Amino acid sequence: MVKLDAIQKRLIEEIADLHSVPSGAYNFRANGELAGRSTTANIDIVSKTDKSGIDIHIKPGTKNESVHIPVVLSASGLKETVYNDFYIGEDSDVVIVAGCGIDNCGSQDSEHDGVHRFFVGRNAKVKYVEKHYGSGDGRGQRILNPVTEVYQEEGSSVEMEMEQIKGVDSTQRTTLAELKAGARLVVKERLMTHGSQNAVSTYQVNLNGAGATADVVSRSVARDDSTQTFNARITGNAPCSGHTECDSIIMDRGHILAIPSLEANDVDAMLVHEAAIGKIAGDQLIKLMTLGLTEQEAEEQIINGFLR
Amino acid sequence: MLEIRDLSFAVTEDERKKEIIHDLNLTVENGKFTVITGPNGSGKSTLARLIMGIEKPLSGRILLDGEDITDLDITERAKRGISFAFQQPVRFKGIRVQDLLRLAAGKNLSISSACEYLSEVGLCARDYIDREINSSLSGGELKRIEIATLLARHTKLSLFDEPEAGIDLWSFQNLIRIFEKMRSEIQDSSILIISHQERILQIADEIVVLSDGQISRRGSPEEVLPMLIGQTAPVSACQRLQ
Repeated sequence: MVKLDAIQKRLIEEIADLHSVPSGAYNFRANGELAGRSTTANIDIVSKTDKSGIDIHIKPGTKNESVHIPVVLSASGLKETVYNDFYIGEDSDVVIVAGCGIDNCGSQDSEHDGVHRFFVGRNAKVKYVEKHYGSGDGRGQRILNPVTEVYQEEGSSVEMEMEQIKGVDSTQRTTLAELKAGARLVVKERLMTHGSQNAVSTYQVNLNGAGATADVVSRSVARDDSTQTFNARITGNAPCSGHTECDSIIMDRGHILAIPSLEANDVDAMLVHEAAIGKIAGDQLIKLMTLGLTEQEAEEQIINGFLR
Repeated sequence: MLEIRDLSFAVTEDERKKEIIHDLNLTVENGKFTVITGPNGSGKSTLARLIMGIEKPLSGRILLDGEDITDLDITERAKRGISFAFQQPVRFKGIRVQDLLRLAAGKNLSISSACEYLSEVGLCARDYIDREINSSLSGGELKRIEIATLLARHTKLSLFDEPEAGIDLWSFQNLIRIFEKMRSEIQDSSILIISHQERILQIADEIVVLSDGQISRRGSPEEVLPMLIGQTAPVSACQRLQ
């Protein structure tokens, strides 16, 4: 049975678009404790015994099922590190929705560090969606430091959408991926920082097998006095192809450091990186203003579209 | 009705003031399809940008249906009923064709109405409605989408800055058809197009020839076109040198 208060429910809506208990497997964590769990015939969730966290086992051949594992923190001063391991069986096709919402009205910092490891079986297909959201007007910081590790077997495919649009004061995201032959990884990161927030995102993608492909794309907006660092490296150890792109809009007194990098250890590794930082183009604002939008409305539309 | 009274505009280049528009007077009546033409650098695009409020004049007034809009900003002029199609349409990462049409219509636009506007400009709606207005679209495609946003706005005054620029010959036929249709439905609104294209000049109610920031001639296509086509240069060399 899921027991959540009003603030926790609002956070869940923000991070997982959930308005009620989802169908399929789920594990809800609220203020460091299990708030609800459901398993299916194909998806099992068990609590770790040696440390905080869960193991998610998805049977081979599981198709069109989903797992929701939202985490909410609504108490000030709570700090936790959680280890979640996903074992995704061969030939399965699943959607995993994770996410963390922090509401901190108090004066102490709240922090959630999630360590997610994905062991993706041969030819399995995974879509992973992760949203981070912070709210509350307390002086305490809202801190999220996610670590994501992805181990992909031959022919597997992983699509990751990671979004952090509002309210997280400090975040240090680390993503590591190891891909075998024919495996495919697509990462779409969306980030907006404001106030005096600081966000660091680091990727290390290793393409270890022939035909492995990776596409790591980040779009971000830095407003006010916020700071962002994007550090993405793709390493090609076999005939493979990789692309990384970092596209940022800078506003106010923001600070952005983009460091896309490539490393090739095979003559047939084809690797490309792109990075662009710039303010909103004057022409874009003018165009939307000629449609009757105010300058502020135009700016919002441009940012919303950019972070879609 | 658009009235332009004694309008002047200048830019500063190398610390010297250069006048682009000089004491210009022009009235565009409702129900009229007016084409402004003239050599490069004659101030045509600047005039359109002054009407939209993108540039501010040095002196003079602009009136829309009797209301002085000279001091209004772009947004307010757009709300009063002026729309503007850019010569080089702007690209937006992440904003889709249907989003732009919805913003243009200023209300929740149904997919079927959005499709209608796209079909008008010769785009297969199904293929374009979800496309982002980014660099994956060609110049010609962008241009047609730009025109579709004006169709979605239904304003009193539609300004087009060189709609033919960047459009291929095949699409150009379509463009003429769109303008002919707009002209037939014009009623109490008006259309002002900046163009060099003979075919567009031919369907005008009135042609206004601009040179050196002033109107050098105006009249019906029958009156103005032979003069424009007949001469090797629209402005004599001496006149340019002065």
